[in-house]
Amino acid sequence: MNWFEIITMHSPALIVAVPLLTGFLTPLVSRINSTVRNLFVIIMLSITGFLIALLGYDVLTNGIRTYVFGGGNTVVTLPSGLMFHVRIIFEVDVMNVFMIFITIILAIIGIVYSFSFMKKEDGLDKYYTIVLLLITSTLGMELTGDLFNFFVFLEISCITSCALIAFWVHKGEALEAAFKYIVVSSIGALFFLFALGLLYAQYNALNMATIANSIQFSIIDQAALILIIAALAMKAGLVPMHMWLPDSYGEAPPSITFILIAATQASLYGAFRVLFTLYGNVFNSVNLASLSLVLTTNTMGWIIITLAIITILVGVFMALIQTDFKRLIAFAAVAEIGYIFLGIGVRLASKYVQYTGGSATGIAFTEYSSIALNGSIFHIINDCLDIGLLFLVAGAIYYATKETSLDKMGGLARNLKYTTIFFVIGLLAVSGMPPFNGFASKLMLYESTFQLNPIIAIIAVLASIMLLAVFVKVFYSVFMGPEQPKFKEVKEVPKTMLIAMGAIVVIIIIFGLFPNLVINNLVAPAANALTNYTTYISKVIPGVI
Amino acid sequence: MIYNLPFIIVVAMIFIGLFAVIFKRNLVKIVIGISIIESGVNLFLITLGYREGGVVPIFTSAPPEVAENAPGSMVLPVPQALTLTSIVIGVAVLALMLSLIMHIYRHYGTLDVRKIRRLKE
Repeated sequence: MNWFEIITMHSPALIVAVPLLTGFLTPLVSRINSTVRNLFVIIMLSITGFLIALLGYDVLTNGIRTYVFGGGNTVVTLPSGLMFHVRIIFEVDVMNVFMIFITIILAIIGIVYSFSFMKKEDGLDKYYTIVLLLITSTLGMELTGDLFNFFVFLEISCITSCALIAFWVHKGEALEAAFKYIVVSSIGALFFLFALGLLYAQYNALNMATIANSIQFSIIDQAALILIIAALAMKAGLVPMHMWLPDSYGEAPPSITFILIAATQASLYGAFRVLFTLYGNVFNSVNLASLSLVLTTNTMGWIIITLAIITILVGVFMALIQTDFKRLIAFAAVAEIGYIFLGIGVRLASKYVQYTGGSATGIAFTEYSSIALNGSIFHIINDCLDIGLLFLVAGAIYYATKETSLDKMGGLARNLKYTTIFFVIGLLAVSGMPPFNGFASKLMLYESTFQLNPIIAIIAVLASIMLLAVFVKVFYSVFMGPEQPKFKEVKEVPKTMLIAMGAIVVIIIIFGLFPNLVINNLVAPAANALTNYTTYISKVIPGVI
Repeated sequence: MIYNLPFIIVVAMIFIGLFAVIFKRNLVKIVIGISIIESGVNLFLITLGYREGGVVPIFTSAPPEVAENAPGSMVLPVPQALTLTSIVIGVAVLALMLSLIMHIYRHYGTLDVRKIRRLKE
């Protein structure tokens, strides 16, 4: 076995270990000077990125990879012959690879952006430590195959996000937002722990594959499902648990907001994993014999669709009346989360039609349900990139003018040429206009939703158009209009910030022009991996199906 | 009934904690509420670890006849391990929340949630 294979074998553990150790080494390295520290952070993150590429290539070619800590497999056998699945396991399939890929892109771009943006702040060694811990926790949540491990990373992400939201500690609003965030997310995490206890009490196991193998969908499992989904939806910002999101996104430094988006998507990934793998034999309802499971799928689907539509509408309408630039984008982010949940809901509800709607309709809906799931997964990365780009532009404008209120800005296109172009691309992408990536995923969502219920699809399209209207209004009030004397001295932002924004724009355009490339190579395999829960189980417990 | 008592207490603690978080106006009382929820969840995990007739899984302090003849009667220490981890995390969250409250008090001069409302919808 050469070194290459050894590194690939240990990459799931290394991907979490490298940023963790880097985080704690950063205060030491920054004793030398700030340039060395910046180089150190970016090099270590690039190494993590390299490991992710290795792991991703391996998973895409050879299938699911597991990594058990402290042994060959998860089972510990007692002398009396009893077996327990107790060891912590990292289980990586294409969905996990897709998520860690998003996270590392956002992390590297966010860190590059921070170099100039945060230059004049104090306490930067701690800033980088906490950012790296946040990245570690996000990657951990996306790699782990163990529910309790997921909870631990969830809490780490909650603590570090809270510390970063309150980074501008001289502002009372930032503290308020951070307190709101930690109250909401720690209660969410505690309920997640409670649900995990319920599952442990029944199945004597904590790793997802073992639980998924023996899940009965008894009344206790249903309670656990509701607690877990509510906790994760709270962390993802689904209405009515969205109130922390605009506050935190609006008050955190923009470079942080950008990485926070990745952390939010990790909770969303948790919801996907729980619905389609942990409760896989319920929500992929293979056996028609148990009609109650099919009915459950329908109910769950419509609950999620209803909440998603409310989320989209609340996000868009609240964005209309905002006067603060970052808060406005944060409400748009709420709406985008709604679109992703809409995809999940449509997937579940179409499954119901697939089994009850007769043969022709059934076959048609087999396709629509998979389009809905693909669109939903594809929209995760598009949401990250589009909303992230807008936040970075808002940050650049704050950097250049020290202004966040929309009423006080105007005529900035004269001074900030590149930033203006980036904003236009961001606004077109976020509202789903054709040549950009937002269009590709939203079209898939509209298409599948329309087959299920045309009215919901029309609401979704209209909300998207409203989003465009909101951002065009912002565009006019910020970049157009007469030149203002107080902004005469405003200069274009530093190069590293432009490079960070430019990198996202390049990805947006590539994804927009060649969506099939991404869908065929990453999104569809990810959706397959997510729904083929038997493969996921049989990798841990050999001999199942 | 007596065996269900711990579970009833768990649910009661979680609801008392939620009540405090939702209806109390003092930030410190909200934090106390979260602590109560956390204790409730920890108690739940500990209760799951109880087996009638089981022995505490500490090898050095187990009765000699158990350690030699029937190690299977020791309970599996997973719930205890989970609880320890959860307590440690809880301490970190508690410390962070209290330090935030200190800073909030410095800025606003009050701990009343009705007066700390600069962020509006």
